[in-house]
Amino acid sequence: MPDKRMHGGFHVVQRGELPQLKTWLYRLLAVLGALTTGGLFLLMLGFSPFSVYGTMLRGSLGSAGMQKETIKLMIPLCLTTLGVALAFKMRFWNIGGEGQISAGAIAASYFAYFHSDWPSWLLLTVMALAAILAGGLWGLIPAWFKTRFGTNETLFTLMLNYIVLYLITYLREGPWRNPEGGFAMTPRFPKQARLPEVMFPGVGNIHIGWIVMFVAVAAMFVYLRHTKQGYELTVVGENERTARYAGMPVGRIVMRTMFISAGLCGLVGMMQVSGPDRQLTDAVANGRGFEAVSVAWLSRLSPIGIMVVSFLFSVLEKGCSMMQTEFRIPASMSDILQSIILFFVLGSEFFIQYRIVRRKEARL
Amino acid sequence: MTFADQLIAFLYAAVLASVPLLYGTLGEILIEKSGNLNLGVEGMMYLGAITGFLASYLFGSPLIALAFSFLAGMAGAAIYAFITVTLKANQNVTGLTLTMFGTGVANFVGEVLKSTAPAGAVFMNEAVKAWLLPLNLGPLTQLPVVGKLLFNHSILTYLAIVTAVTLHLYLNHSSLGLNLRAVGENPAAADAMGVNVSRYKYIHILLGGGICGLGGAYISLVTALGNWQPDIVGGQGWIAMALVIFSSWSPLRAILGALVFGTLNVLHLYVPRDVVNIPGAFYSMLPFVVTALVLIFSSIRMKREHQQPAGCGVNYFREER
Repeated sequence: MPDKRMHGGFHVVQRGELPQLKTWLYRLLAVLGALTTGGLFLLMLGFSPFSVYGTMLRGSLGSAGMQKETIKLMIPLCLTTLGVALAFKMRFWNIGGEGQISAGAIAASYFAYFHSDWPSWLLLTVMALAAILAGGLWGLIPAWFKTRFGTNETLFTLMLNYIVLYLITYLREGPWRNPEGGFAMTPRFPKQARLPEVMFPGVGNIHIGWIVMFVAVAAMFVYLRHTKQGYELTVVGENERTARYAGMPVGRIVMRTMFISAGLCGLVGMMQVSGPDRQLTDAVANGRGFEAVSVAWLSRLSPIGIMVVSFLFSVLEKGCSMMQTEFRIPASMSDILQSIILFFVLGSEFFIQYRIVRRKEARL
Repeated sequence: MTFADQLIAFLYAAVLASVPLLYGTLGEILIEKSGNLNLGVEGMMYLGAITGFLASYLFGSPLIALAFSFLAGMAGAAIYAFITVTLKANQNVTGLTLTMFGTGVANFVGEVLKSTAPAGAVFMNEAVKAWLLPLNLGPLTQLPVVGKLLFNHSILTYLAIVTAVTLHLYLNHSSLGLNLRAVGENPAAADAMGVNVSRYKYIHILLGGGICGLGGAYISLVTALGNWQPDIVGGQGWIAMALVIFSSWSPLRAILGALVFGTLNVLHLYVPRDVVNIPGAFYSMLPFVVTALVLIFSSIRMKREHQQPAGCGVNYFREER
């Protein structure tokens, strides 16, 4: 009996590589489609999409003050994404950015609270190093188990997020609680434990994290393109068997890459507590570890792309908080818009990789 | 209260806490059996939670509320299925995005509802509340100890157990279930056998999403008694994801797993301070620590029949012929 699916109708075939320009055009169309969908949703709620989107743009880029806030959101997002993207390049699903940020924040806060007598430059350096180490070690745990026993890293890194998050709750409610405050909160950081601010051209003073961010983007670009380690992790990501066959120490590469990936996230934790937060709170990571997964995917793991996409997402986030004050639309709209954009771009990849052809009637 | 009373109360609370976990686990088992890993359980539970809540508020009918929850979970799963099965996009990213979407939508609608409702309060319809309250089965409920523990639960609790047994029978003792497992393990072989891979994937991803949605309804309507709070699901979907591994893809073992984790969830309320005095944060941490340990141990003692379906995470594309 002939299979009737073989006759006529539409049929999907893989296509060769599309030119770069065309693929980005498809993605741009997808984003436009998403914004239209979001706009329809706003329309349904009784708002004019144009004025809401306009407010979002104004609220995130309209003045130097707004731009400053947007960049302050972008710094941790961009750095976290650089971190997790490195692991993704190796096909290691690090969705533990959240926990690695928190681990770094705890380590940095320890020095801020108990060694505030040190000179500022020394204190900040030690805080940064401690944060990188803590984040990195927190990321090494799943990496070790993955290489040793093949433990599922997606869920493992996820569980580690919650564990370290509750560790912060414990510290905040217990040993590190501010004895003078009525609420269970940690004390504010002393002056020496706060990141210095540096002039961002055209915008104003922003904590030094923005310089770290640009340096990290450049470093990541070089690391992936022009170093042996970067090459090794790419090979492991593309085909682990090839890597083994070529004699690469796959286990060591996975552990090393995860340490760098998680260490970067740890550094973000330090910069958050000693930059904008000035104390250790439960919200130090605030969902950035998850958001970074989307940003990493959207930017195809390219460092420059990560900078661009994390900037756009920060505009969206800052814009949504403005939208909340002006239209009283809940700020969770930002999650909705981000996920709609992701859905659309995820879907658009299909049209980049495949094409639909009309199959001719099968002839006998 | 005597010690025995307290023990019963503790076990009873553990059962209450285990139900949403069981729904999430069962839904995801069904989805993974079709060879798709859906990290969106948390999101589908959120969709079910807010929709069930909204429907019970608007229509005042428990059945409509549950139907809407089921449909909402299905709708979330349908987005996922379309993007991963038809458009063949990355399953991990799509699932995570679904979680972000569900969380965002639920928190959004919840906040709008709270801010527009009179006096800022949205209460659940009394009829719905009464219908979902623990059943009173007369003489059975009156039985000492077992009466309270076995015959005094919400109808959703019994439905969860029925779902688990049904899934077990379906997966292991029906030809459709056999086909489904073939799709999950080796879609190319199933395709060659004449099984419509996409159709099987769609149906089971959608059904699984619906089951997750019921778990959400339980959280908003039974656990929270219709008192909506932001972030109401709070990571239970993720624990359910881990429970799938804990129960090694068996719906019956999922019942046991959910009970264990339900116990961990309520432990802090029942362990007397003078016996064990550890800070509350560590109790909250406990389910996640145990889950991590479970992940480690299940990966160390690997058994072939207790593994994730081999097709999970890889999209099936029928090559040109």
